[in-house]
Amino acid sequence: MDVTPSNLIELHDIHKTYHVGELDVPVLKGITLNVPRGQMVALMGASGSGKSTLMNILGCLDHATSGRYMLDGEDVSQLSVNQRAMVRNKKIGFVFQSFNLLARTSALENVMMPLSYTAQHMSRAEQTERATELLERVGLADRLDHAPSKLSGGQQQRVAIARALVNNPPLLFADEPTGNLDSRTSEEVLQMFQKINEEQKITIILVTHDPEVTAHAKRVIHIKDGIIETGVYDSQHEGAMPPIARRVGQGAT
Amino acid sequence: MNFLRILQTALRALRRNVMRSILTTLGIIIGVAAVIAMMEIGNGSAAAIAKTISSMGANNVLVFPGMQQMGGVSFGSGSNITLTPQDADAIARDCPSVLYIAPTVRSKVQIVYGGMNYLPDTVVGSTPAYLDVRGWQTMAAGDMFTDSDVRAAAKVCVIGQTVAKQLFPNETPVGKEIRVKNIPFKVLGVLRSKGANMMGSDQDDILVVPWTTVKFRISGTSSSVGNQSAASSSSSAVNSLKNLYPQSTVSLYPSVSALQQADTPVSVRFINVDSFLAAARSTEEIKPAMKQISQLLRERHRLGPEEPDDFTIRDLTEFTNALSDTTTKMTNLLLTVAAISLVVGGVGIMNIMLVSVTERTREIGLRMAVGARTGDILWQFLVEAIVLCLLGGATGIALGRGTSMLVAYTLGWPTQISVIAIVAAIVVSASVGIIFGFYPAWKASNLDPIDALRYE
Repeated sequence: MDVTPSNLIELHDIHKTYHVGELDVPVLKGITLNVPRGQMVALMGASGSGKSTLMNILGCLDHATSGRYMLDGEDVSQLSVNQRAMVRNKKIGFVFQSFNLLARTSALENVMMPLSYTAQHMSRAEQTERATELLERVGLADRLDHAPSKLSGGQQQRVAIARALVNNPPLLFADEPTGNLDSRTSEEVLQMFQKINEEQKITIILVTHDPEVTAHAKRVIHIKDGIIETGVYDSQHEGAMPPIARRVGQGAT
Repeated sequence: MNFLRILQTALRALRRNVMRSILTTLGIIIGVAAVIAMMEIGNGSAAAIAKTISSMGANNVLVFPGMQQMGGVSFGSGSNITLTPQDADAIARDCPSVLYIAPTVRSKVQIVYGGMNYLPDTVVGSTPAYLDVRGWQTMAAGDMFTDSDVRAAAKVCVIGQTVAKQLFPNETPVGKEIRVKNIPFKVLGVLRSKGANMMGSDQDDILVVPWTTVKFRISGTSSSVGNQSAASSSSSAVNSLKNLYPQSTVSLYPSVSALQQADTPVSVRFINVDSFLAAARSTEEIKPAMKQISQLLRERHRLGPEEPDDFTIRDLTEFTNALSDTTTKMTNLLLTVAAISLVVGGVGIMNIMLVSVTERTREIGLRMAVGARTGDILWQFLVEAIVLCLLGGATGIALGRGTSMLVAYTLGWPTQISVIAIVAAIVVSASVGIIFGFYPAWKASNLDPIDALRYE
């Protein structure tokens, strides 16, 4: 791509409607959203607000009923299932609430797993090197051979982060990344996200309902009833936080 | 995603659950082991039967003279005297499907050595080709008599193991002299042991001498007891050499006077033999050999188109077929059972793969989220099933071989390795993997990543 657009994500009038029997249930009712490169965004919303649906569309796991989605300068709104899989592989890293690590598989192999679906060839040694490097970066250099059951929750989530980063994606999704962690490890994990965001300029979208998490984000997007309530990006708002988030965030640190 | 990576992923997934993988593939292991063991044991039995048959003489064809009737009295099959040694020579020369042919003359005589005597089951007069026809070329000791011994009606013989045991319990028979009807015979050799034939009679209870010797020195007539009158009236008159102490030269052919020759341009008085024992070149050539012999003998015996054969030709195929039919049927029956167990094993694999797909729904969702395409997931699970089946197949082959070796060792059953069965087992187990692994794999690949990730 010759011209790198400043916005990593551009959503234009995204609609999503589910068909339940005879009924049409509109979940997203026209979302327009731009996320510039290197931003750390929190996506908030009550259950039923359409938060998860928006996340699925943003994560290329699902496609919108109508509207246009530009990811990294590429229109991904009309891609086939397998094309979307390739986009996910190359451009998006996922971190889940329940870690989703492969059981009885070493941390190293867990991190290497996405590489086996990458089109370009990497030798086994190169893959191992890359995975080891990432595990060192998340502070698990001495846990390479440990299976998930031998790791604490925080450590498991750090393995998941290393896995999400293994293909060097420009975008990282974290779906309730601290939902299964205690407050101290939550803080560690969130700081790690911040570090990744700042050091590697990776765009991070945190999907959460936890104000403590949003405190680490530079920008908060609230979804309610399928539309965006606040947080439409404006350079003036950079660094701005809702008062409550600021207070909780300060309290935690 | 290249094949090697798919294979690695599949192997890693199977290694994560070793015990379950082993139990899953147990059905295939047992099925394949059963097929291999059945085939090896079946093949072994077939080979053992073939060996028994060939011990009686492989691809043998027997030619007997026809039936003689006199005054409305039938003397039974083989009572006519129509086969001559010249017929045998002609068959050897002109029938391409016949490998060996030996004229035979039978007798029943007592033999004496020192203070012992014995009555062999079979005293057969023949040519050295007799041993070729019977597949008896190698001797236990000494040598077979030669064609010149046959021409000279020499007083030589070879004996079977049973005869050797009876007369020479503590001696080497070769070079010794035994007496038959008071004539001394030099023992030239001892035949290798052949055991009982399929009818149970002892094939080693035998004395083989040149047929001329039997004809001219021992019996003088055909041994066919049915036509004593015919023999006395015709052949004994012809065979004027029937004396115990013949002149120095032996003429194989009866002397024919000029008047006789003028009266009968074709020799109607001839030396007959009891039967021919021939060997066809191969099992497939038994039928052509029989046809060729029949044509040639009809020609030589000057039989018109309407006249019936004055000889009978028989082979052992009926016998062989009956025996091999039984083994084939048993083997097929057991193979069917084994095949059913393979299918059951396949269903077992499908069952476990389906459970595995459900259990690993989250894993599938995760793999899809990080970029696995539907094809990748399909292949991953399909290759897992195929690898399971092939590993099961390989283990089954080893187990089946082990079983058949154990059976051979402990029960003494004959077994024979079957390459076809091994190849078939590999092909079948791979196919079982593909057929029964496809549905679970297809189901896995059609999962929606969003639902799969949320699956509890």
